[in-house]
Amino acid sequence: MLDYLVRRIARGVVVLVGLSIVIFGIARVVPGDPARIVLGPVATPEQIVSLQRQMGLDRPLVVQYGRYVDGLLHGDLGQSILTQRSVNTDVADAFPVTFELMVSSLLLVLAVAIPGGALAARYRGGWIDRTTRLASLLGVVTPSFVIAICLQILAGYVLRVLPIAGQLDPNVNFSATVTGFMVVDTLLAGRVDLFLDALLHLMLPTLALAAATAGQVMRFTRSSMIDVGRRDYVEAARAFGIPERVVLFKYMLKPAIVPTLTILGLEFASLLGNAFVVELVFGLPGIASYGVRAILHKDLNALMGVVMATGLFVVVVNLLVDVAVVLVDPRVRLRHAAP
Amino acid sequence: MSAVTGTVAIPATPRVAVRRPRGFAWQRFRRSPTAVAGAVIVTLVVLAALLAPWITPYPAAAGAFVDFKARHLPPGAAHWLGTDGVGRDLLTRIVFAYRASLLLAVGVLALSVPFGVALGLCAGYFRGAVETVVMGVTDIALAIPPLLLALAVTSILSPDLVNMMIALAVLWWTWHTRLIFNIVRSLSGEDYIDASRVIGAGPLHILLRELLPNCVSAIVVKLSLDAGFVILVGASLSYLGLGVRPPTPDLGSMIQAGTAYLPGRWWEAVMPCGALFLVILGFNLLGDGLRDVFDAEAR
Repeated sequence: MLDYLVRRIARGVVVLVGLSIVIFGIARVVPGDPARIVLGPVATPEQIVSLQRQMGLDRPLVVQYGRYVDGLLHGDLGQSILTQRSVNTDVADAFPVTFELMVSSLLLVLAVAIPGGALAARYRGGWIDRTTRLASLLGVVTPSFVIAICLQILAGYVLRVLPIAGQLDPNVNFSATVTGFMVVDTLLAGRVDLFLDALLHLMLPTLALAAATAGQVMRFTRSSMIDVGRRDYVEAARAFGIPERVVLFKYMLKPAIVPTLTILGLEFASLLGNAFVVELVFGLPGIASYGVRAILHKDLNALMGVVMATGLFVVVVNLLVDVAVVLVDPRVRLRHAAP
Repeated sequence: MSAVTGTVAIPATPRVAVRRPRGFAWQRFRRSPTAVAGAVIVTLVVLAALLAPWITPYPAAAGAFVDFKARHLPPGAAHWLGTDGVGRDLLTRIVFAYRASLLLAVGVLALSVPFGVALGLCAGYFRGAVETVVMGVTDIALAIPPLLLALAVTSILSPDLVNMMIALAVLWWTWHTRLIFNIVRSLSGEDYIDASRVIGAGPLHILLRELLPNCVSAIVVKLSLDAGFVILVGASLSYLGLGVRPPTPDLGSMIQAGTAYLPGRWWEAVMPCGALFLVILGFNLLGDGLRDVFDAEAR
């Protein structure tokens, strides 16, 4: 297990090094000198040269990359041109908003898609199966921003029950400063009314973001449950008279969930991508709105910071998923232990 | 003697798999209503896009066209899907926008799929160091959220259709590499691969003539599903303002423009949303239908 973990972490580090090279490469082929972008159109050539020297842009690319990585290793993402603050602070402010949205979406996916897929497999061909298949198809084929817009129309203009933008009622002055999670911080502050308000605000973005992933996960759970259902031991368990509920959720779901978990790890990158669009539709001040602003203003340090932070996030989550797979399925451990 | 001939005379079941007649796949495809629906939607969209200048009611509306008397008209007899903020017919613009979507899908897949398939074939066949390097790079690429990298690339290059193609193609090959790698790895232990190696076939022959044909059905299914997802991601990009530039019609930017008029003039956002949904749904149904056909063939 330890051996596997070490190898897995090493692979994660390789991924991050590769990502840093890619994003550094992209940032350096930008037409237009970073120094010129900082100083604006009226800068004199002398000013540009001196800032270039100050930013290290006159050094060879390898040296520049080395300095960048050195900064990364010390946890320093540089200065944002746009906000004039450290990118670390900006990312640290924005990330919890995105993270909160993703966690709530993942919880929804796990709570709905896995039991849904299991039930669809159990009543294969029945109305539950047909409904969930239709729902997962719709979830997969509809772009998140289309779902988000439809939810806004439905909830905001037709039903008029749920708030359609922001994190809290705009008349309330409260900023999440302890953990950054609005839902957690309002509770820590003892403001139950605000907590409920934050929860309500979180509902539509969560639904919009969860739909695509839930569709994929439901499909996978269903097909792997059907696969597992053909095994002899399931037949044997039924023959012993073990209640169907136990067979389904104890003996079948556990092995069936392994491929689903792996898929969830892979889906995570696209979930993060979708979070970008969903955040913008609902006006949430997360990493997406920061990233898009950085992109529009060609704020390279901020852009690189956002990419590295999200890349690190994806790598860590995939690591956790792999570890979870090993914990759930002891057979995987044997396979990896073999040379 | 008679007993011996008796046993010999019984013809063994032929080992060679009987090739099903060609009509079988078509029969199977035709019997699945979802697959047929997908094929019909895709055919209609492609035809409409190809014939856009001749079949749309107001071809002039596809460009920089203004008719202030006709702005914000709800769906009606003259404008079936209504008009937008400067009086352009939405139906016309949607049909023209399909051109951008389909072109994007074709461009991205033509750039990325051959590359991804070639890498997957090599990594799966040669294994060893080739596998380590290729799959390592693939893992790195898979860790990057595709929309994020596409955003970064299109913002650095100027946002237009060709740059969007490049931005998406940069990451799209990874899924094909993974898919083909897994198929080839499971096939490389098969007897016929060993057999052709024994009779002296070179790696190129084995890759292209023995392994590749066995991947074709998987690639075709993936292509159809992919076309839908390329269109989806492309629309997300142009929704964020990083895709096709106005006044060229594009579903993502039309939705972006239409959301400003919600809820009163709902059709301006809802119609392009529906159009986008329809084309992605079509490619997905087609892909699922093809998969069912190929799976049945394999069995």
